[in-house]
Amino acid sequence: MTARVTFGKDLTDLEGLSADQIRTILDVAEPFKEISERPIKKVPALRGKTIVNLFYEPSTRTRVSFEFAEKRLSADTVNISGVGSSVQKGETLVDTARNLEAMRIDMVVVRHRSSGAAQFLADRIPSNVINGGDGQHEHPTQGLLDMLTIRDHLGAIEGRRVCIVGDILHSRVARSNIWGLLKLGAEVAVCGPPTLIPPGIEALGVQVLKRVEEAIEWAEVLNVLRLQLERMEAGYIPSLREYNRFFGISVARLEKAPRDILILHPGPMNRGVEIDSHVADGPHSLILQQVTNGVAVRMAVLYLLAGGRPERAEAAKKESRE
Amino acid sequence: MSRPLVLKGGRVIDPSQKLDERLDLLLADGRVARLGRDLDVPEGAELVTVDGLVLAPGLVDLHVHFREPGDEHKETIRSGSQAAVAGGFTSVCTMPNTDPPIDDPAAVGFVRAEGQRAGFARVYPVGAVSVGQKGEEMTEIGELVAAGAVAVSDDGHPVWSAGLMRRALEYTQAFDIPVFSHSEELGLSGHGVMNEGPVSTVLGLRGIPNAAEDVAVARDCIIAELTGGQLHIQHVSTRGAVEIIAAAKARGVAVTAEVTPHHLALTDEAVRGYRTEAKVKPPLRSAADVTAVRAALLAGVIDCIATDHAPHHYEDKEREFDDAPFGLIGVETALGVCMRELVVSGCLDLPELINRLSCRPAQIARLPAGTLAEGSPADVVVFDPEERWICRPERFYSLSRNTPFAGQELVGRVVMTIVDGRSVFARGADH
Repeated sequence: MTARVTFGKDLTDLEGLSADQIRTILDVAEPFKEISERPIKKVPALRGKTIVNLFYEPSTRTRVSFEFAEKRLSADTVNISGVGSSVQKGETLVDTARNLEAMRIDMVVVRHRSSGAAQFLADRIPSNVINGGDGQHEHPTQGLLDMLTIRDHLGAIEGRRVCIVGDILHSRVARSNIWGLLKLGAEVAVCGPPTLIPPGIEALGVQVLKRVEEAIEWAEVLNVLRLQLERMEAGYIPSLREYNRFFGISVARLEKAPRDILILHPGPMNRGVEIDSHVADGPHSLILQQVTNGVAVRMAVLYLLAGGRPERAEAAKKESRE
Repeated sequence: MSRPLVLKGGRVIDPSQKLDERLDLLLADGRVARLGRDLDVPEGAELVTVDGLVLAPGLVDLHVHFREPGDEHKETIRSGSQAAVAGGFTSVCTMPNTDPPIDDPAAVGFVRAEGQRAGFARVYPVGAVSVGQKGEEMTEIGELVAAGAVAVSDDGHPVWSAGLMRRALEYTQAFDIPVFSHSEELGLSGHGVMNEGPVSTVLGLRGIPNAAEDVAVARDCIIAELTGGQLHIQHVSTRGAVEIIAAAKARGVAVTAEVTPHHLALTDEAVRGYRTEAKVKPPLRSAADVTAVRAALLAGVIDCIATDHAPHHYEDKEREFDDAPFGLIGVETALGVCMRELVVSGCLDLPELINRLSCRPAQIARLPAGTLAEGSPADVVVFDPEERWICRPERFYSLSRNTPFAGQELVGRVVMTIVDGRSVFARGADH
């Protein structure tokens, strides 16, 4: 019997989690998957808890996924977005947080354009803070759902070769994937235009592949990142057309792979830019399963940060059937 | 006129005279009247016993921001110059990037007059290189000097155009003043907020590569060579800049350089946790860079230490890292940080530290300071080189609190500071 795995107040990054903590979250997500398959998708695990989804950046997928996770665990939720709120009136992040705190909330899910914003909040308020993506730093629940999806298909993460392709420099998804996958023993590579590979990335323990053909030759899983249009405007790449030609994941490229390659994408996709439609909709694409797993992983994170015990997750799920 | 003052029993360290021995010091009429063994106390003179303490020429800081006019909630010339004397500085050079900038003789006169009114450290204004610090039209540099400016700089920004830098390094020769350069290639620093390297990659913060400084320092050294003007490179932070300055000096280029206590003491690891008090330009660099700037200081490639004291209000720093302003304060911690990082660690001996904090900077800006030779201005710092103390920003004289050294133990503490023969600071229980 191993020592019981415990969690801190917040989930701001995967860098600070241990392999055991990550495994525990993935394990707890397993039984929660089934809840979303029921006709009545609700268990009382977080009944009476108040959760605020504080989204300073536009988001559909992540916000909705968190909201489903919260509601399926019976929490009371409030959504605040940047537009039309005090956020837009110039209230500082810390003041917004303290005001919410004064209304006696239990948890905050925060998405913010600035790296470190989740940590900033976590250091200043007693509620649990969950990072829903901070700038170019981390997006821990995305990293977790990617790992859960890989684990579903390959059985284990350890020893698997995962290449993250695209704009690594600006990607919080890349950083969370790198930390999480390395902690669970995967081999990790990154591949993209050299202008979008951050300096010193090798120091994290990943290898850098210069050409996407090399990535396809090497990897068992490709995690294809969204290429934001702003990167072209800022001069990191000359054009989307050229990006697609040299770095896009196409059927023709994948056909040359020595093995079947699983395809992940955190969404939203730019079809025809970083990924061709035939790949996105093809037999090895796990993109929609990532979305399904996102809800389960977020339920697991909410449950564990609220003090739920890992070994009770199965029981927590059954309570509603009594 | 204040009473004559005799300081007895101290260890006098004056690198300008190669002195390091127990001597007494008589100050009268704002001058060093006598320096010698067992001086008699003249009638009517005040006697201060300073056994076990170091007496040195008052420290000289070539790089401070006192924020007045324009941002008096961050610092004023009064609060800044009071903080300076609490840190042992008796002469300071204020940068012109205020609101409005110090780009005309009236503004220079205002800074000087405010400094004199405050009556703490001697405040020497540095004028702007370009009108409005916009990097276009050269200021009336002769008028600025006539009004009391001791150098020109567009600090806060680099001198954007190489052509303007050329004209400034040529024109200033008529007035025998240096151009202080914040050497930064904005095309490379871009929207960066910290040093570019493994730490910025992990934190997901935009990086400023060493090359942003190296390229600009190289440009400025080449223009100094072209013109023969006196160039002073501010806040050197990279190993590349050190090599470029060393090579320029070897060719005989009239270039001098300063380094800040924070670039001598801290690496970009200090930013982890998104600590905005460690957000500064140039950014805190890698360990290899810290090693290089220390070695360069020891070797004389970097001439002096200057603080780049940059006050910011609490609420401006208490926010997301991307949105917080660059800068940290330094006049009240400089001696303690330098003693800890350089003297205790054995990198520099104490007389050499005094040289780099007092004599050398005074020479660079041609200030009447940095010496206790008889007849020179009676500007003296008295400090305990052994005292260990905890840095508590809430006790600072500065109006701002933004220091990355809060809570740390520093070594060496100012006991008394004398300007113009008058005690302007004596440490009490509260500070």
